[in-house]
Amino acid sequence: MAAEKMSIAKALNESLRKALETDPKVLIMGEDVGKLGGVFRITDGLQKDFGEDRVIDTPLAESGIVGTAIGLALRGYRPIVEIQFDGFVFPAYDQIVTQLAKMHARALGKIKMPVVIRIPYGGGIGAVEHHSESPEALFAHVAGLKVVSPSNASDAYWMMQQAVQSDDPIIFFEPKRRYWDKGELDTESIPGPLHKAAVAREGSDLTLVAYGPMVKVCLEAAAAAQEEGKSIEVLDLRSMSPIDFDAVQTSVEKTRRLVVVHEAPVFYGSGAEIAARITERCFYHLEAPVLRVGGYHAPYPPARLEDEYLPGLDRVLDAVDRSLAY
Amino acid sequence: MTVESTAARKPRRSSKRTSAAKTPAKTPEGSEPQLVQLLTPEGERVEHPDFEIDLSADELRGLYRDMVLTRRFDAEATALQRQGELGLWASLLGQEAAQIGSGRALRDDDYVFPTYREHGVAWCRGVDPTNLLGMFRGVNHGGWDPNTNNFHLYTIVIGSQTLHATGYAMGVAKDGADSAVIAYFGDGASSQGDVAEAFTFSAVYNAPVVFFCQNNQWAISEPTEKQTRVPLYQRAQGFGFPGVRVDGNDVLACLAVTKSALERARRGEGPTLVEAFTYRMGAHTTSDDPTKYRADEERASWEAKDPILRLRTYLEKQDLADAAYFTALEEESETLGKRVREAVRAMPDPDRLAIFDHAYADGNPLVDEERAQFAAYQASFAEEGN
Repeated sequence: MAAEKMSIAKALNESLRKALETDPKVLIMGEDVGKLGGVFRITDGLQKDFGEDRVIDTPLAESGIVGTAIGLALRGYRPIVEIQFDGFVFPAYDQIVTQLAKMHARALGKIKMPVVIRIPYGGGIGAVEHHSESPEALFAHVAGLKVVSPSNASDAYWMMQQAVQSDDPIIFFEPKRRYWDKGELDTESIPGPLHKAAVAREGSDLTLVAYGPMVKVCLEAAAAAQEEGKSIEVLDLRSMSPIDFDAVQTSVEKTRRLVVVHEAPVFYGSGAEIAARITERCFYHLEAPVLRVGGYHAPYPPARLEDEYLPGLDRVLDAVDRSLAY
Repeated sequence: MTVESTAARKPRRSSKRTSAAKTPAKTPEGSEPQLVQLLTPEGERVEHPDFEIDLSADELRGLYRDMVLTRRFDAEATALQRQGELGLWASLLGQEAAQIGSGRALRDDDYVFPTYREHGVAWCRGVDPTNLLGMFRGVNHGGWDPNTNNFHLYTIVIGSQTLHATGYAMGVAKDGADSAVIAYFGDGASSQGDVAEAFTFSAVYNAPVVFFCQNNQWAISEPTEKQTRVPLYQRAQGFGFPGVRVDGNDVLACLAVTKSALERARRGEGPTLVEAFTYRMGAHTTSDDPTKYRADEERASWEAKDPILRLRTYLEKQDLADAAYFTALEEESETLGKRVREAVRAMPDPDRLAIFDHAYADGNPLVDEERAQFAAYQASFAEEGN
């Protein structure tokens, strides 16, 4: 198939379809994933084509969804489970952290846990409480899990393919406010490894590191800065665990300035990890301290205030200016 | 079996619970739920209309041997903990009948999801008992391949494994296999949300799973009254599948009831909850002190129902085993104890770099980096001549 323009939502749907077609052991499980196709329609039409035995509507019990997926994986299946929204993952947090993440190590490698947990995450869609959170750092902190987030249609398709084929549990964060953004998808191109970062835009004065929904904001910020004569490089991390520190280092050694942008609270966030490691690796290259732009140490606010909470163009550009002022 | 004779032997605490005016139990006021029993504490064979069993002398002696050796292994592990060879031990003392009875009901192709006290079930599955001790000695988190004996790793977080069992059973059904799955848990775990979710999922998907609850009356220091107001086996009714309470100190009844539940699962009729009404004679683990939370008389009352003693009485009365048999078994027990002791002491500490082994199946550059740093750090001591 030649390159085609499609939304992230459609790319995910196509990728899940391909996974179901390719491997009879692949299952899709979750609340409302069947007839409805999920609240975001990511699984639209899949139950119709693959049956209720492969695309499974589950009871409304997140721990049960992940716990039974673990059992199915032990039996040789490869479940892809959908958690309906970010804030609903916590009833399953115990199963993910104490069981799913550790099973392979506990068994001294004798058993594998090929489970993908899809979580539509992040804000910007005017949702009610518990529908707009970014809990990626909580999962990235746990050894045994891999945590990824695509920012475009091509990555959505290919990273899902790679996640399904992985023998490790993958927490797959889908940037829900970007579901309808369209991009080029070539289903025949060969992707790089799942954990590799990508240069989304080249530049020489400063590096912006982002992933998922914030990549677009950073690209817009870089375009705006260009008009002021500043050359900004944008790195799309793609994977929050592991992190491609080599790619960040390469970029920072070139630009000598780093700003990390994410929606999640800055405090103990992935920006802290990146800042610490890059300071260690690039101490003599940095012209300015690593700066972070992100959410506040406060519960995610009501929708009417979310634009204040979420990093936007102005806050990113402000951080760029602060960095360049050193 | 006779309901009256069983009721007369009920522990005082349980009688108080079910006779409480507000208890919404299905059983008549003041009476205990019916226990399935095939062998009385006095070693008398009794009949039950729903659960018949006919065993050869060899099979009966086999059950006895399993219980004796399991108890001996357990005693050795407790001693090893006291001597500092193990960091912790969770004794099964008193629960041998529940574990051997249910364990011997299983087929090789069935799959077991234990908690952390199922040493007798592990024995039935052919897991070398010394493998159970690695976790308690601190050299690994489970020293066996779960797929060798279809016996999953011990699970420490209470009740988590009931969902794994349910998911596994869903897979068995998808595969069109006629094997069954059994999940072990305790009365304390029955309060966990995961157990309720496992009941829901197994019922909705008609999964071939047996939930085997060993109600040993105590969750560390908390009595069953702190977990439930209805007899645990009655929980199943609300989820749409049968529950049965069996005398957990009666190995024949545990065998018959579990076999029946497994056959039901194989026939595609879905889950069953078995509540084995038993008693933990020792501490929850070697780190607690049961004298702080329960009366001596309670243990004494349960000692009269000892699962091993009653089968021995039966074997002797029926002339199914002679003194030479019991002497030989005693010697076999001592040999096992010695083997376990030597194996534990010979267990090597894991290689230092094992910290990083198996964190990920597909590898992880961060783990590789940290492993290299750790290895270099360790090597630096060697270079200094230490």
